[in-house]
Amino acid sequence: MSWIGRPIPRLEDPALLTGQGRFVADTAQGAAAVRFVRSPVARGRILGIDVPNDLPAGVRVITAADLADVRPIRPLLHRPDYVAIGQPALAATCVRHVGEPVAAVVAPGAAQAEDVAELVFVEIEPEEAVADLDLALAAGAPQVHAEAPGNLLIDGRLATEGFDAAVAAAAHLVEIEVCSRRQSAMPLEARAAHASFERATGRVTLTCSVQMPHMLRTAIADHLGMRESDLRVVAPDVGGAFGQKMSLFPEYLVLVWLARRLRGAVAWIEDRRENLTASAHGRDQRHRVRGAFAADGRLLALEGDLRCNVGAYSSYPVTCGVEPLMALAELPGPYDVRHYRARARGVATNTCMMAPYRGVSRPVITLAMERLMDCAADRLGLDPVELRRRNLVRAFPYRSATGLLFDEGSYLDCLERAAATVDLPAFRARQAAARAAGRFLGVGFCVFSERTGYGTPAFAARGMEIAPGYERVEIAMDPSGNLEARIGASPHGQGLATTLAQLIADELGVEPAQIRIAHGDTDRTPYGWGTFASRSLVIAGGACKLAAAALRDRLARLAGHLLEADPGDVEFADGRARVRGTDLSIELATLARQAYHQSHRFGDAHDPYLAAHATYDPAGTFSNATHAAIVEVDPETGHVAIERFLVVEDAGVLINPMIADGQVHGGVAQGIAHALFEEIVYDDEGNILTASLADYLPPTCAEIPPIEVQHLVTESDATLTRAKGLGEGGAIGAPAAVLNAIADALKPFGVGVFEMPATPQRLRALIRTAQAGEVP
Amino acid sequence: MTEKVTLHINGVRYEAEVEPRRTLADAIRDDCGLTGTHLGCEHGVCGACTVLLDGRPVRSCLMFAVQAEDAEIRTVEGLADGDRLHPLQEAFWRHHGLQCGFCTPGFLMLAAGVLEADPEIGDAALRDALSSNLCRCTGYQNILKAVRAAAAEMRAWPSADR
Repeated sequence: MSWIGRPIPRLEDPALLTGQGRFVADTAQGAAAVRFVRSPVARGRILGIDVPNDLPAGVRVITAADLADVRPIRPLLHRPDYVAIGQPALAATCVRHVGEPVAAVVAPGAAQAEDVAELVFVEIEPEEAVADLDLALAAGAPQVHAEAPGNLLIDGRLATEGFDAAVAAAAHLVEIEVCSRRQSAMPLEARAAHASFERATGRVTLTCSVQMPHMLRTAIADHLGMRESDLRVVAPDVGGAFGQKMSLFPEYLVLVWLARRLRGAVAWIEDRRENLTASAHGRDQRHRVRGAFAADGRLLALEGDLRCNVGAYSSYPVTCGVEPLMALAELPGPYDVRHYRARARGVATNTCMMAPYRGVSRPVITLAMERLMDCAADRLGLDPVELRRRNLVRAFPYRSATGLLFDEGSYLDCLERAAATVDLPAFRARQAAARAAGRFLGVGFCVFSERTGYGTPAFAARGMEIAPGYERVEIAMDPSGNLEARIGASPHGQGLATTLAQLIADELGVEPAQIRIAHGDTDRTPYGWGTFASRSLVIAGGACKLAAAALRDRLARLAGHLLEADPGDVEFADGRARVRGTDLSIELATLARQAYHQSHRFGDAHDPYLAAHATYDPAGTFSNATHAAIVEVDPETGHVAIERFLVVEDAGVLINPMIADGQVHGGVAQGIAHALFEEIVYDDEGNILTASLADYLPPTCAEIPPIEVQHLVTESDATLTRAKGLGEGGAIGAPAAVLNAIADALKPFGVGVFEMPATPQRLRALIRTAQAGEVP
Repeated sequence: MTEKVTLHINGVRYEAEVEPRRTLADAIRDDCGLTGTHLGCEHGVCGACTVLLDGRPVRSCLMFAVQAEDAEIRTVEGLADGDRLHPLQEAFWRHHGLQCGFCTPGFLMLAAGVLEADPEIGDAALRDALSSNLCRCTGYQNILKAVRAAAAEMRAWPSADR
């Protein structure tokens, strides 16, 4: 019986349920505490740093002057439209955003480190700062980096041939601008690291809450000028990440530098204020899009002016190109449009840097496309579902206008299923009755494609100096017959220790519980790229399948030898190797014991070490989904209540449907948060106004409605497991579904809803403006 | 300046020398070595540090250790009965009520306090009570499902018979 497709409870849970999880802070006992002194202003020149001269024993303060041999963080893209900029480990001459680290205090205890940090006075001459995306693009704006005129860090352009002619032939031009306010991924465990120097070997172990441990090892070794073999990076239990923990951060350079300099152990456990001000943000974007539609509603051409506020620095290794370049390549989404022209800019401002956050640009470009579809449907007098129906990709494989290759999906089927499930005609009747009674209901759809599981070609196409993508898996059976698979992926809540074990169990005829998945330790696992971009189950999963099959072939030869049978006739089930069509069999534990301890019986060619490895680097696959939201908006208060939220999703073969649903739930909740609640706010001077969870508002269970999930299954021929990734889809689709539903509800008021979060204040302002007779 | 404080956690007596400003959460984690109680915000919003103090769920980041001197404290480490998981732990496991697991101890202790105080709690009140804590991974769907299932289990099998 196959383990694939079974919703088995996760193997990783018992420790986490009983308080035995090991997060970074749980490993830091005995380490000296590090506290960073951070810039209180958004932009200015550092005139001096005043360190108290009567520091208590065991306390020290370091500044940029101590770190002269540490290279600035300066990630590269090999493309002419990119400007590389540097980020110092500690600011030396100037500061570029509130929260930028300027000095580090080391003390025996955390409270003492905080006390001393209060006494370090950084004298800064403030300069005019710019925090807003479009203000930074305006003529005469303050320059965040001298080497980036106009604050342009990246300026990507694409245009298909014949674009202008296609626009000229259109019957309708529909143009909108959407705005997404800045978000924080806000993992519940903030960043944290513990660096420990081992005197006997001169090595440092960095235990760090990170998604990409191997990349971090390489990056820190490069920037500190140390041998990479002198550094071990361990990602223990990681309390959520969502992209925020992919990057090389200055704090980690300082930690490893300190551990080596002090020949001891130091730990930095980020607090929530630091996390909200100084880790990374995302999705601070404005997009103007224009659709050229034929009279029958076919989208003939699409144009985009895509702007992303990428903050003061460029995140390493993905660079500040990650948002604009993804927006540029993927704006057309699931729609068959042959003519496309777009410009995508990454704009520097005096704000915390941008790094990937679940879905990266797709929540916002999907908002742009899906609002455009609804507005166009209005203009053309078509039902929004019908307009989408006329434009969705139907024939596969499909090559998009930007060159992406879509494997087979169920775009139309998901839409039809969603429309049928919400029973659109019945809803319209209910909506009309409610309106007559002074209540405002709305339905919104969002159709999207989710590019997942992509390997090195996709990253190389962006021009990345460091191009991630492959995954290697090493699998070994010990003499007792138990298995360990060592992976380069680095799960932190996705349940890979369970799903990968399910995949391997099927190849080898054992139970998942017999398989340990080793991850998150660069000393123990093969070089790999970690867990991000909805990639791990597809890529590490494919490598697991290949490695397990290679091990199975070896075991079949050994079993064939012992059972005097053709290895091709050996099959594996219930922990045994059996000769097909006979009652001959041997327990795997016995076979393993023989292989290791009676190796002489297998002849000279026998390698007693029962192990195999494989590397997998797929081109990628597209999941797809339709989200539908039904909301009620109270026009008096601007409050939005989500009455129903439906996801019809196709991620190919589901290895563990319970875990898959969990990923969808979590993504949708973050998407609803994006649509309605969460917003990092800076004032005009670049002061951050949302530095606590009393101001930045992640939703609770009181705000998140029940989420219905239905799955269609298009088995992917683009992946070895026939599975597609789905980690980001919930966050990609939910915002547009909610905003379309709000816009539908408020149609009687004649307002357009294009900005998120659509807070009560914003909705009230729209309604007030419309009621005052002004054009919104 | 430090003071002696005696904490009773999961039926065990701990003595520690703490500064008056030391939070209960820090004392539980660093002085008593019980790291199952997590810190997510240290300003009383996220609830990851929730423990039971004389049976009531409290934010241990918002109390000083010295304030807990004579109280009975329960943390996630005390929830299971030896190797036998508490019905809430079983239900979170079976219903996939956790992903990264960082908020889980806080949710378990919150739910334990709520269900012990009112085993018959209605669904709206339960949802309201659980909105005290934040989870960033699950979208709360399976946390609610798990707590409802555990509540039914605990009603059917009061603790003495479990």
